[in-house]
Amino acid sequence: MHRASVHIYGWLLLLPAAVLLAAFTHYPAIATLVHSLYSTPRGNRPERYVGLDHFADMLEDPIFWQSFHNNIIFALGTIPASIALALLMALWVNGKIAGRGALRMSYFTPTVLPMIAVANIWLFFYTPDYGLLDQFLKPLTGTAHNWLGTRSTALGALMAVTVWKEAGFFMIFYLAALQQIPPNLIEAAALEGADRVTIFRRVTFPLLMPTTLFVLVNAVINSFRLVDHVVVMTRGGPDNATSLLLFYIYQVAFRYLDTGYGAALTVVLLAILAVLALGQFFTLDRRVHYR
Amino acid sequence: MTGIVQERGLAHAFETLGAWLLALIWALPLVYAVWTAFHPGQYAAHFDLSAPLTLENFANAWEAAPFARYFLNSFLLVTSVLAGQLVLCTLAAYAFARFAFFGREVMFALVLVQLMIMPDVLIVENYRTMRWLGLVDTVLAIGLPYMASAFGIFLLRQTFKTVPTELDEAARVEGASFLGLLWRVYVPLAKPVYIAYGLVSVSYHWNNFLWPLIITNSVTTRPVTVGLSVFAMVDQGIDWSIITAATLLTAAPLLIAFLLFQRQFVQSFMRAGIR
Repeated sequence: MHRASVHIYGWLLLLPAAVLLAAFTHYPAIATLVHSLYSTPRGNRPERYVGLDHFADMLEDPIFWQSFHNNIIFALGTIPASIALALLMALWVNGKIAGRGALRMSYFTPTVLPMIAVANIWLFFYTPDYGLLDQFLKPLTGTAHNWLGTRSTALGALMAVTVWKEAGFFMIFYLAALQQIPPNLIEAAALEGADRVTIFRRVTFPLLMPTTLFVLVNAVINSFRLVDHVVVMTRGGPDNATSLLLFYIYQVAFRYLDTGYGAALTVVLLAILAVLALGQFFTLDRRVHYR
Repeated sequence: MTGIVQERGLAHAFETLGAWLLALIWALPLVYAVWTAFHPGQYAAHFDLSAPLTLENFANAWEAAPFARYFLNSFLLVTSVLAGQLVLCTLAAYAFARFAFFGREVMFALVLVQLMIMPDVLIVENYRTMRWLGLVDTVLAIGLPYMASAFGIFLLRQTFKTVPTELDEAARVEGASFLGLLWRVYVPLAKPVYIAYGLVSVSYHWNNFLWPLIITNSVTTRPVTVGLSVFAMVDQGIDWSIITAATLLTAAPLLIAFLLFQRQFVQSFMRAGIR
């Protein structure tokens, strides 16, 4: 093939995808930075340069800090729990267990359901007095509890839904990895007299490390991205107790129509994702994610 | 020796019990939704095995909101996104796998940026772009930001790279063009990957919520997820049985597909991941 035509064909094939990627990923990321330095245009008042004013406002904005804090709690609470459960599920349904097919199906089904639909169902579980949870607990505690309407329990209630939704998804990756472990490794360890806990700690788990890292990266991204259930179940309430960063961005930009401040908030979220991406790039083996 | 065996047997029994208990908790929301949707309203929080079965909740839900239109919108959305993704990702992946063009490494790195920063996060700017393009409140606007999928490009590039170059050269000697080669050699060999990617993509976009919520504001463009949320929030007059019926309707296409193609679904998720 002629050498110039390699370049031409290569670029022509890439062009359609490159244009869309540039338009909806690279351009908006840069435009977010630019717009975060401008005020929100309103009516006959065009946008004007305000420098870092939005970021100064952010430092004083209790809802921003609350959302930031909530998001950290949300990530710290949901990620280890869903990964640990996923691993446990995978170990169970990979072994000889009664009703393996039914168990697999039960664990995995939440993954294919729309978050918005399951949020509706969970909403009912959490309804005070009348809801399923209170029907079980009220006879024991004697009082009705408004799970989603109380500051102390609302975020936890949403985290439970998230773990329930994600664990089965991560289970699949662990299951795939478990099936690739050569059985003679486990047999050899067993012959040497290692018990199951030791085998798991010294053989299985180290071999699952690449999968754990892959799942971890996915889980971290998701913890900053998934807000469907917040929109439906609590709308960030009560008193912003369940507001997460992306939800707050949505609220500011599309409810309060303050796009300038929304852009500044997005910059913070992008910065978090960039730090995570760099951390991933430098600390983890790149092959790990892209097997 | 028998002691150890007995102990193991007991431990195994406990594990089985634990596994089933967890499965029960995991299935509970769906089981509950099915119960409520198929029984009259007064049994929504009152479990009685003798309660009469009914399909009325589904009929009421179907009447209460334009679900037929929502389904059509969702269908148009997932098919157009998938079609766009398949074409764009195939062409780009082919370029990355087999053409050593100028700037390839840089472009590939730029593609991978999307794995971390997804369109889901860039809602403010993407809304601005859609308004500028005059596409706000169209089905196209829901799908467009997702059509050039970094994940799809990556997945197909990996697959295309495994195609032996001898095969490639043999076809070229016989006079096949580049696109003919792609169509007759590469695409057929990547069929399982296409199926896996297709399942993941369809379920992702059928379930997607925040961006469609923002970019649509009328019945003629809303997908079912947004339609369901609008329906459930409108007024307090609608009872739980009707909401759960509507919820099941929304989830039904994927749920049925999942029950029918369980094995393929699980395998495709194993192979693919998300997006």
